[in-house]
Amino acid sequence: MEKTEEKLLDIQDLRVHFHTRHGVVKAVDGVSFGLERGEVLGIVGESGSGKSVTCLSVLGLLPAPPARIESGRALLAGRDLLTLDAESLRRVRGKSISMIFQEPMTSLNPYLKIGVQLVETLRAHEAIAAEAARARAIRMLDRVGIADAGIRMDGYPHELSGGMRQRVMIAMALLTQPDILIADEPTTALDVTIQAQILELIRELKAEFGMAVILISHAMGVVAEMSDRILVMYAGRVVEQGNPGEIFRHPAHPYTKALIDSMPNPNASADRLPAIAGTPPDLARLPAGCAFAPRCGFARPVCRETDPDERTRPASETPALGAPEALTRPGSPTRSAEPGHAFRCHVDI
Amino acid sequence: MTRGQGESLWADARRRLLQNRAAVLGLCVTGALLVAAALTPWISPYAYDEQDLNLGASPPTRAHLFGTDSLGRDLLTRMLYGSRISLVVGLLATLVSMIIGITYGAVSGYLGGRWDAVMMRLVDILYSLPFIFFVIILMVYFGRNIVNLFVALGCVQWLTTARIVRGQVLTLKQKEFVEAAVAMGVSTPGIVFRHLVPNVLGPIIVYATLTVPAVMLEEAFLSFLGLGVQPPNCSWGILIAEGVKHMELESWLILFPGFFLSLTLFSLNFLGDGLRDALDPKYRAD
Amino acid sequence: MAAYALKRLVGAVPVLWIVATLTFFMIRLAPGGPFDQDKSLPPDILKNIEAKYHLDEPLGAQYLRYMGSLLVLDLGPSFKYANRTVNEIIAAAFPVSLELAFWAILVALTLGIGAGIIAALYPATWKDHGVMSLAMVGVCTPNFVLGPLLVLVFSLTTGWLPVAGWETAQDRILPALTLGAIYAAYIARLTRGGMMEVLRQDYIRTARAKGLPERVVILRHALRGGILPTVSFLGPAIAGIATGSLVIELIFDIPGLGRFFVQSALNRDYTMVMGTALFYAVFILAMNILVDIAYAWLDPRVRYD
Repeated sequence: MEKTEEKLLDIQDLRVHFHTRHGVVKAVDGVSFGLERGEVLGIVGESGSGKSVTCLSVLGLLPAPPARIESGRALLAGRDLLTLDAESLRRVRGKSISMIFQEPMTSLNPYLKIGVQLVETLRAHEAIAAEAARARAIRMLDRVGIADAGIRMDGYPHELSGGMRQRVMIAMALLTQPDILIADEPTTALDVTIQAQILELIRELKAEFGMAVILISHAMGVVAEMSDRILVMYAGRVVEQGNPGEIFRHPAHPYTKALIDSMPNPNASADRLPAIAGTPPDLARLPAGCAFAPRCGFARPVCRETDPDERTRPASETPALGAPEALTRPGSPTRSAEPGHAFRCHVDI
Repeated sequence: MTRGQGESLWADARRRLLQNRAAVLGLCVTGALLVAAALTPWISPYAYDEQDLNLGASPPTRAHLFGTDSLGRDLLTRMLYGSRISLVVGLLATLVSMIIGITYGAVSGYLGGRWDAVMMRLVDILYSLPFIFFVIILMVYFGRNIVNLFVALGCVQWLTTARIVRGQVLTLKQKEFVEAAVAMGVSTPGIVFRHLVPNVLGPIIVYATLTVPAVMLEEAFLSFLGLGVQPPNCSWGILIAEGVKHMELESWLILFPGFFLSLTLFSLNFLGDGLRDALDPKYRAD
Repeated sequence: MAAYALKRLVGAVPVLWIVATLTFFMIRLAPGGPFDQDKSLPPDILKNIEAKYHLDEPLGAQYLRYMGSLLVLDLGPSFKYANRTVNEIIAAAFPVSLELAFWAILVALTLGIGAGIIAALYPATWKDHGVMSLAMVGVCTPNFVLGPLLVLVFSLTTGWLPVAGWETAQDRILPALTLGAIYAAYIARLTRGGMMEVLRQDYIRTARAKGLPERVVILRHALRGGILPTVSFLGPAIAGIATGSLVIELIFDIPGLGRFFVQSALNRDYTMVMGTALFYAVFILAMNILVDIAYAWLDPRVRYD
């Protein structure tokens, strides 16, 4: 049984809705998970599944309006980030929790020198002299594999390749030695060979600095390779969670199975990847029942009528004492496959 | 493009325009102004040159809604007649600028290559010159009459039109129906004017609507300086210049012409912006 | 950068040559001469005057003479201000116009950028709507209407500020405000648009994610790109302010070059009109080059070429 006190970051029943002219988009609709010190947590799902929104909302980076946090807590060392005042939250961002993004081409400010962007990050969080900050920035650039780091400091982002820019982003994120690094699709925009290098770099740095990593990706392969634990998200909810070995051996949710099946397999002779049929649902008009049912090959009538949570955990029922926490906390999957491996689905596949 | 599509395109644009409240307001004010200007000889309360020296300068009264000037001339009447000249200069100068701009832009875009580069470089150069100075030079040397005024103003307002038309022509030139026309042996100027110009009509209407207030502003500016319309003719710029001279005691003489000039510019700009959004949603303001 | 500026300056020379040639022949083609209106002049005196200004020479000779004097930056004698050269008049009057233009640009930039940032930070709120409505009014109110209105309110009615003149610091306020207002309005619209565009960019999210204070995010990260449209607009704005100073100097009785230019135009003082127009052309071209350099400095992705 997990203990709340030990968790570095503890997200509880987070709901983030976007109030738009076309209705309320339930981007994150009840998500809970914990993050242990030094752990790599992979979050996987199609675009629009709520994986980025979850992380951005924790850091207060979503534009509000239209975004609104409807409920939930995000405890970092016991402090709820969601109710923190702006200044305190700013001190968390980039200091305790750093983030890198999908688009290294646009995530760095094109008008400012790389050195300026690195040094300002450090000096926003530490009382450090400009010269010392610069020296640390150069060391960090060097560490992430930027050649001629001292010269690059005075260059601009457009002078670097995509992979180099992502290295700069990583250097910038790690300068303050954060407890948590959130990597939001860090390799999606890069060439395949560069992707592997960047993932390897993150792995190395994680070992070196001992931070926890939340790795967000739409690619099951990337997440599986890197993570200690995996969350699979669909339509703003966690549909399955567990360690990579269990999830790969026995995917319990049809969506997870579909994601695994759509992975490129070097041994397969098929010249085309099986894609997941259909399109992600409109989050402003979710169907009754299971959100994945319209695309699900295993769907039965009950799937289109009843939310899997409602059947397995009626609202009135208090969870049995001693039940695994993953099953009892609101926002967590409600069916258990093995210890630590949970999912939300009516069907056994 | 079939005829049916073309019609629905215009219907669509009209619907979008009518949904834009600012543009509709601009359209109404502009329409009212045009009607008033057209009907001036019949609706103006006094004759254009009627004076009442005994009355002299009078603030607005029931007999003189906008007041009178020091010669006892009715300001409303003078503003109505002034609007005719301001509008005529605005419309004719716009016409001149459109003719020059469309021709220049279409030729430049059609010829392409080196000619296009040279012609557009010239436009760039002209853009950076202080045009009003050259209008003033033209007015000084060729005489301050209305024909010279609108020709001079038209001669300096065609640059943006030329750019727009050239851009459109370059895009349309790639399209199949032009290639088809070339293949059928239609002559070069024939292709340009018969096939391409009708297709750039939308952007031209938009820009013409925006050129009218720009030209009217310049006319008022020149007339204000004494370099535009000359008395006894009357335009809003002249009325404002006269109003400035007497504003200490007779503030209505500056307030009414100033307000109506601003209102007109306002309306035409709103209408132009609205047309732009209606005819090409991609090409938005700001 | 110096090489770039030099290249641009050299490139401006043929432009100026074309402008000078066109104006010269335009003037000579026009009916009537500068002294036609002085009907009282006896023919022999007129002849003497024409000889003095070389108006009796063949057209080609006159053209070469004029171009030759332009090469040594000599704009010739004024026809109407006896014993003064155009150069002297410009040297005396232009600093006044330049100062007026400086204050007007300052007004335009501070009011415009400030208002634009506020509107962009609070889109679709009363702040945004208020600022943008005011800007729309500003764009559509000609300076020769706004100036008299400001005088009416702040000088004639309340007596707070002087009606006209160019002596004290207070004298600067109304003319600078009048001349700068319309450009402040344009700049507010451009800055709002630019900032809204930049605030959507990924690198602003990065700057926030790094934990930078909001002030730094806006002023260092967003404003740099957000004012680029404004910087592009500065070229036309400077040209417009030079033009606008013609009426402002007239309304507020400021002894600047614009007033001389209008007076010369009304007097048909040929050399003065042509010299001043050329001078303004040079000034505005030079300002455009400066603006382009500033743009390239602000946006490192732009190369000097």
